Amino acid sequence: MGCGCGSQRQELVALGSSSEIRNISAEINWRDVLGGWRVRWGIGRMRYRVDPGLYRIGQADENSPVLVTANYKLTVDAVRRELSGMSVWLLILDTKGVNVWCAAGKGIFGTLEVVNRIRATNLHQVVKHRRLVLPQLGATGVAAHEVKRATGFTVYYGPVRAQDIPEYLAAGMKATPEMRRVTFGWRDRLVLTPNEIVQAPKPLLIGLVILVLLEVIAHRRLGSEVVTDFLPFVVAVLTGGVLVPLLLPLLPFRPFAMKGAVAGAVVFGGLFLVLPMGALEAVGTGLLVLAITSYMAMMFTGATTFTTLSGVRVEVRYALPAILTAAGIGAVLRGAAVFI
Amino acid sequence: MRYLRNGASLVLDAALCNGCGRCQEVCPHAVFAIEERKAAIIARENCMECGACRMNCIVGAIQVSSGVGCAAALVSSMRRGDTANPSCDCG
Repeated sequence: MGCGCGSQRQELVALGSSSEIRNISAEINWRDVLGGWRVRWGIGRMRYRVDPGLYRIGQADENSPVLVTANYKLTVDAVRRELSGMSVWLLILDTKGVNVWCAAGKGIFGTLEVVNRIRATNLHQVVKHRRLVLPQLGATGVAAHEVKRATGFTVYYGPVRAQDIPEYLAAGMKATPEMRRVTFGWRDRLVLTPNEIVQAPKPLLIGLVILVLLEVIAHRRLGSEVVTDFLPFVVAVLTGGVLVPLLLPLLPFRPFAMKGAVAGAVVFGGLFLVLPMGALEAVGTGLLVLAITSYMAMMFTGATTFTTLSGVRVEVRYALPAILTAAGIGAVLRGAAVFI
Repeated sequence: MRYLRNGASLVLDAALCNGCGRCQEVCPHAVFAIEERKAAIIARENCMECGACRMNCIVGAIQVSSGVGCAAALVSSMRRGDTANPSCDCG
């Protein structure tokens, strides 16, 4: 992977009408890497898009395969980096900058968009064959038989992961059972953690302001103990946002809120041993820490690959009132502890 | 990894099935197998109700109520007072 200063680099910008064919490089440069890092941290995440349309990779001709993907740039990058040295067409749908899986769930990576994009790009004239390779995770939004009926193109569902595309194509568009399975390993979970943490600074700051105000009112001064007083809440956020996703399969119980509560209890136990705390303060802080870790763990359900809507309904119905109650009682006790 | 109520709403009408194998192809959790030229549910507990099988079943033999398994979407839909169809507008 070079620095991308050479002639290979292609900017992914609008160059005219959507029926125009554009070239796109399979090389990932430092801008792509930096851009990917930024959106993982939630910076401009909803604006990281590629212009929809038909793109040529390598020396693609009328016999080359056509791969379909979403126009989230992180998705396009994941696909094209696997296509180095190959000659293929990339048909990029307009999914409003959303990845394949989520866009298919919303129906915007859908039958209608596939059909319309085929027509808008004159794909019938560009290639002689009538085969399309769609990512398997797009199947939630696309009815293969309806694409066939409307356009004559036969849909082949390719592998779940972009990294398996070369092997899939080399095998004559045949996927192994492994290529068809969604996995959710620790690396997959780790890359999602920054997006969990970036939600936290605002509520944390509000908590800090309240804590400082209470301590100033109670003691007419602000001592350094505010640091150790606040530390448990920062630790709670890191536990809920990073530790729980990382340790997900190891934590007991199926409801995420309970996984979060277990992690929170263990972490708070450690804090209790090293930080000086009165009984009231310990109970108040402990309840707040558990509420934070449970809530953040529950919010991670949407980032996973195995939760169901009916399951989430059950979990939220029971866990949310419990979390809010714990947070309320915890806040009152922790606040009262400042004055004792 | 498994969650709560996985695959609870998945229904396969074997009488309608033509054995084309699309459901097995699109399922990301290997819930289906083709046995004696008919689809069969072999791992219901792995199903996350994504709806890919129903969407791609040409004979309409599969029913499943799909939606986003996302507590954040559900909580924000509760705030709006409409929990029928939580949507993941976070992207």
